[in-house]
Amino acid sequence: MTPPAIDYRDLQGLVRFGYRHLGAARYVLARVRQREAARAWLRQAPVTSAEYSLPPPPDALHVALTAAGLDALGVPARVRDAFSPEFLGGMTEPNRTRRLGDVGANAPAHWQWGGAAGVPHVLVMVFAAPGQLDAAVQRYTGPAWAQAFEAPQVLGTSDLDGVEPFGFADGISQPWLDWAQTSRPASRALDYSHVAALGEFVLGYPNEYAKFTDRPLVDADAASGLLPDALDAPGKKDVGRNGTYLVFRQLGQDVRRFWQFVYGATGGDAAAAERLAAAFVGRTRAGDPLVPIAADPIPGTPPEQVAQNQFTFSSDPRGVACPFGSHIRRSNPRNTDYPGRPTGIKKLLAALGASSTGFRADLISAVRFHRILRRGREYGPPLDPADALGPPAVPEPERGLHFIALNANIGRQFEFLQNAWLANTTFADLSGETDPLIGSREPSPGCPATATFSRPRDGGPAERITGLPQFVTVRGGEYFFLPGLTALRYLAGGPAA
Amino acid sequence: MTPQSHFFVIAPIAAAREAELRGLLDSMNARPGHASADNPLVPFAALDTIHFARFVIVDDQTLDDTLVYGGPRPTPRPGLAFAGEIDGDLDTFFRRIAEVAGPGLGALFGCCEGFAPGGDLAEWLRRHHVPAAASYVNWVGRTVVRVKEDAALFAAVQDHLAREWPVLSTQPAHAVHLRLRALVWEDVAAGRLTLSPEAPTPLDWRLRTLAHRIGMPLLLVAASPVLVPLGLAGLLQLRRAEQTDPELCPRTPPAHVAALAAVEDFDVTNSFSAMGSLKPGLVRRWATIALLWAINFAARHVFTKGRLARVRTIHFARWVFLDHRTRVIFLSNYDGSLESYMDDFINKVGFGLNLSFSHGIGYPRTRWLVGGGSDDERKFKEYLRRHQIPTQVWFRAYPGLTAVDLERHALVRRGIEAAQLGGQQAREWAELL
Repeated sequence: MTPPAIDYRDLQGLVRFGYRHLGAARYVLARVRQREAARAWLRQAPVTSAEYSLPPPPDALHVALTAAGLDALGVPARVRDAFSPEFLGGMTEPNRTRRLGDVGANAPAHWQWGGAAGVPHVLVMVFAAPGQLDAAVQRYTGPAWAQAFEAPQVLGTSDLDGVEPFGFADGISQPWLDWAQTSRPASRALDYSHVAALGEFVLGYPNEYAKFTDRPLVDADAASGLLPDALDAPGKKDVGRNGTYLVFRQLGQDVRRFWQFVYGATGGDAAAAERLAAAFVGRTRAGDPLVPIAADPIPGTPPEQVAQNQFTFSSDPRGVACPFGSHIRRSNPRNTDYPGRPTGIKKLLAALGASSTGFRADLISAVRFHRILRRGREYGPPLDPADALGPPAVPEPERGLHFIALNANIGRQFEFLQNAWLANTTFADLSGETDPLIGSREPSPGCPATATFSRPRDGGPAERITGLPQFVTVRGGEYFFLPGLTALRYLAGGPAA
Repeated sequence: MTPQSHFFVIAPIAAAREAELRGLLDSMNARPGHASADNPLVPFAALDTIHFARFVIVDDQTLDDTLVYGGPRPTPRPGLAFAGEIDGDLDTFFRRIAEVAGPGLGALFGCCEGFAPGGDLAEWLRRHHVPAAASYVNWVGRTVVRVKEDAALFAAVQDHLAREWPVLSTQPAHAVHLRLRALVWEDVAAGRLTLSPEAPTPLDWRLRTLAHRIGMPLLLVAASPVLVPLGLAGLLQLRRAEQTDPELCPRTPPAHVAALAAVEDFDVTNSFSAMGSLKPGLVRRWATIALLWAINFAARHVFTKGRLARVRTIHFARWVFLDHRTRVIFLSNYDGSLESYMDDFINKVGFGLNLSFSHGIGYPRTRWLVGGGSDDERKFKEYLRRHQIPTQVWFRAYPGLTAVDLERHALVRRGIEAAQLGGQQAREWAELL
């Protein structure tokens, strides 16, 4: 069965586009002031669809809702409760913060928004050309806005031209969504690919397991009539289809501390400092990977990205060129479902563990089930590494990343990645270290020190960089649902209870 | 080499004593669900042979599921289980735990039916022990003492390496090895480190293992004229059943998830306890017995060195039949979060899960017992979570260490104990540091 083609008119454009041509963006975290007015505003909001247009749109509007937002809008429990448990529980649920590494300085108690500081109901994102943002925000929010919402938090962004605040090219590697749903997910993938099943990033379509992710389905009635059909449940309407979950985390970056530590650890040698920083990241500042580009094409690599993104770590099984602990190797190990490329009887034996004999073999989960689509933007003014070595400005401006990730299954995608790969003190064969860039250095039982970074060496003991301070601190965050356009109107329309 | 054993002592909780028992169990904990190693009731750390241990109130939340097959709904009394993984044989363990924790165990099992204070506790424990239908040990022969010695040795090597880094970082691997080896043996000579020699392997254990390894396959071959037709007939019947058996994988109630999550992820290792009822019928029951027997055979003779098929994150696991083999409880100790445990399960050993768990009522639909099932990731995760039960008291002897850490430490020790290493061996050894 070929699933029906996706209707781009019902999908928010943010899922398909990063709006690189729109250099200005603002995120408004709003709370419902007056329910009916809020519902009316949401029903009429001219949310930008994912339809391709030439020229591209001059600005864009996107809207996402929290679980608290669904309640504030009066969405009935039978619809609300069918959203994912992670979304309903929220990012600051106490058992979750432990898994995400939101402890110590990262704890929600210190956040500027989200958790105790106030859970937003609605996230409104406006993208525009530089200089046009205020006008676009004015036009999109309109006169009805003030009555409908209060907005205690308005987050600005800055366009650092594809570079994140520490100074590294960012956003190079993204999953390539299989929009046409032409490549059926293999039951077992033997080669790394950037191509991901549509259902990994858009609800209502088959995912990498060729299954549908849970989401609210409702009976057809007057209120739900316009919703798309559920492809896996005949007769049902799909509140989730063409929607996805949006993970928002405001990550403060201490750029001075980063470069001062890196220079300190390398005795002030600029070249060595750049090499160490690149080892932390897994790429040079220009974005070049630390392992060679693969000879064979990797599906889903755009032609202009071959030089920086057509690679796996299979040429570097011991992490000598690119440490296992580096940020990009932790967050995307670029592996397959099986170590090696076993076929036939060897595949059968591999399933029984016959190819997992080496000490480092087969330690990392298959990446295709744990990918995210990044749509974040930086904030704060740029600070050149050379300038970062100097004393702080008074007052020192805040810098960082408004991290935004899209995924259909928060638990299996964002949370797994954050927990098992980035915050994990025992990722791969490591112990006593978390992600060098974004890890907290909080101790855990039996593991008093987590402030190390190992650089494996060929034929010798790994070099240990110790005493890493925390470079990134979580300042706020929450889970949102980014609905399809009809679903947004449905949720704001108050379906018959 | 000292082999490991699993113990599982269970007794029904006396009517109206459960609240009192829960209070006693909570009093053993340093934080909810996590034992204080030297708590006065059962001071686990007093024995250097306990790897993991737990007290679990065995109370199946999913008994209503049996109604889909027409009932009647069984009404088992909740039980108190004391389970764990130890070095050496069970009789010795029961005797020693009765010595160090007699009054505490008496107070706990005193809340159960059929416990007579003042009797022979070790004998009572032995009588209430239920052997596992299948059990797995990550590394057969690795004792608690050994784990701790290896970890101390690894830490000492790291300290020496850090102290002499400016010199050692410029030297070839064999020189690094010789220098570190010399320093460690100085530590040993000075009494700062202990490297105990391996204990002799008990002769009866060796003989029993050998007899099992050779005898059982021979028996199977001899019985194959009967077993093969029986097996095929059973398989065909199961094939028919699995196409119609109902799936019961609803969303786990949030309060149940919260109760489970509240004691998880405080360490790199977690405990897992889950239970459920078998689908009705003799064919199911005998299929479960046969498949768990096969898993046990593989775990005992094949997967004895750090890997259960492809999975390297399980320290110990076991399946135990309850209530005349109508129900099964599964206990394990695993590294990472539950999400990553389930990821390992689904993506690495889905076939094994389906073979062993698909006989439980409501399991996601399988194909020929191995396919499907856990491939339906969402349903499988709900199934597992819903059947999980909270572990009231959990003890681990070596917090913070994963099974992979233990393997690395043992490899480093092997290198230290070797008089010298060849060029490539020395390089591989040095890369472990």
